[in-house]
Amino acid sequence: MAEHGNGDSSSAVVATGEGESGQYAIDNPGLPPHRPRLADVDEKAAKRSERQVSTLFLISIIGTVIFFVGYFAVGRMDAFEDYFEGMSALRVQNTLLGIGSALAMLGIGLGVVHWAKTLMPDHEVVEDRKPLRLEKDREEAEKIVNDVIDETQIKRRPLMRNTLIAAALLAPLPAVVMFRDLDRSEDFGVERMRHSLWSPGVRLVRDPTGTPIRAADVTVGSAMHVIPETLREIPGHGTRLSEKAKAVTLLMRLPMDDFQEPTPGRENWTHEGIIACSKVCTHVGCPVALYERHTHHLLCPCHQSTFDAADEFKVVFGPAGRPLPQLPISVDDEGFLIATSDFTEPVGPTYWERGHTDPEGDYPAS
Amino acid sequence: MKALSQKRRHPFAFVALLLLGLLLTGGLYAAATTVNQAQATNTASEYDDEQVDEGERLFVANCATCHGMNAEGTDAGPSLVGVGAASVEFQVGTGRMPMQMQGPQAQQKPPQFNEEQTTQMAAYVASLGAGPAVPDDEYLDMEAGDPARGGELFRINCAMCHNAAGAGGALTEGKYAPSLHGVEPVHVYTAMTTGPQNMPVFSDSNIPPEDKRDIIAFLQTYEQQGTPGGFSLGFLGPVSEGLLIWTLGLALLIGSMVWLTSRSS
Repeated sequence: MAEHGNGDSSSAVVATGEGESGQYAIDNPGLPPHRPRLADVDEKAAKRSERQVSTLFLISIIGTVIFFVGYFAVGRMDAFEDYFEGMSALRVQNTLLGIGSALAMLGIGLGVVHWAKTLMPDHEVVEDRKPLRLEKDREEAEKIVNDVIDETQIKRRPLMRNTLIAAALLAPLPAVVMFRDLDRSEDFGVERMRHSLWSPGVRLVRDPTGTPIRAADVTVGSAMHVIPETLREIPGHGTRLSEKAKAVTLLMRLPMDDFQEPTPGRENWTHEGIIACSKVCTHVGCPVALYERHTHHLLCPCHQSTFDAADEFKVVFGPAGRPLPQLPISVDDEGFLIATSDFTEPVGPTYWERGHTDPEGDYPAS
Repeated sequence: MKALSQKRRHPFAFVALLLLGLLLTGGLYAAATTVNQAQATNTASEYDDEQVDEGERLFVANCATCHGMNAEGTDAGPSLVGVGAASVEFQVGTGRMPMQMQGPQAQQKPPQFNEEQTTQMAAYVASLGAGPAVPDDEYLDMEAGDPARGGELFRINCAMCHNAAGAGGALTEGKYAPSLHGVEPVHVYTAMTTGPQNMPVFSDSNIPPEDKRDIIAFLQTYEQQGTPGGFSLGFLGPVSEGLLIWTLGLALLIGSMVWLTSRSS
């Protein structure tokens, strides 16, 4: 361990390499000569550093005061009749809390570091590195392992060993059963994704007002966000939201001439240019509702998957693997739009049990 | 200059430069985003013959090149029969028409026609065929709107394109949903009824006039209340916030590490 006294640069002997010459390509050059700091030789400079450190601590104290001023004196929203005045007070309060606590902590931190760097002793200290691996340590570890094997007799008595392995493998299984049965509902697992609230005759209603929609209400170029009328009958907020997440649908009306020839079996899925699709992206389930009415493209904001509303929502760009599920619609006796069935395939991202409906084979099985 | 060059190795020079840079970019940004506000327009729903004639004259002089002499449309521009006065109010009132150049979509710019001329052209276009009209004053009275309800409607119908804070967002192939900050209520309203560019139409049968008023009231409230949490950074969420923390935040961390390990002079 080599040490150098403060400000004693003349005695700074360059240490010779510790290792025998030839062990390293370059001999240890030792420490550079010690250079005294300004504060070491000049009492004025030391005094200045002291003042700087104290100033930083004072700033910290002021920061704490600013925090409390912000917390107690400013910005109680309920003290204001006017909403906007309350909001602007809140903004001032947030600013003061942030600046105050930042100054309070930074002041102490910067002050302590400045103190250590300018005034505390700065003699160099060298600590030798321990050898990385000793043959003795390795033998010791090996001995411990061998002792364990010998003393437990695990090699000599295989029956015991094998039953232990079997027991350890079986023991976690109760947890699997337990956690699986946390949900005892009948449609557990993939079945739940297979069906949504849409069923024949369910009216399409506006989200969030819940008013039914006449076909004439949907003017050409419109886009409406719709939910099943039966959604409001679902008890329980959580269940209702889960059902809504599966059933959210976008309703559009395109000029009749823009449509591509429908796939056989889908001829009656639209009503006079009104077409509906699931809003859940088939890639990873983001809401697809960025509808461009002239290109009739639907864009997913997460990964830019683009679907063509005029061509049964086929993917025209992006990572989605299959079209958005289309909702077959019609009108009832009173002229309101209704679904004529559920979505014919599970909505949302692809999962392996969902089965594959791709009559034209346009998409690779995923 | 000499004094400046001597100070450049000063420990605080880096901090000073950083602050200067931040101030400069912030100032430029503020200057660049100052929106040239269009003037509020009169909302008369019926027009006299004189206005129609004057509107036709303006139309033939300024719009007919693309939209055709009788507004029947050409390869360069769509027919204006049946688009209604609201379309003119929005497109001309926000400066989108006359279009500066062909592109993915018309850009907003300072309006080229004054309020009176816009109304005259609206009168002419309205005379061509029935279409969405300029809204009554009653539906532009923000005092009567319910911002909370408007916020819910906005998040369901508008936020996916225009951003939850109305800051706008990108669409496909160079198209975009513009920011709604600083847009006149009448222009937000007419945009909903006419569906300009690639925006879908939100007709009165979809979103009734009262609901449109609520939506606009929400936008106005949002704009007035400011951001209680500090800098909005363009309301772009994790993109701009992440960029800031990865550049400025990391620079500060690296700077403090350099300072911690440097020798005192």
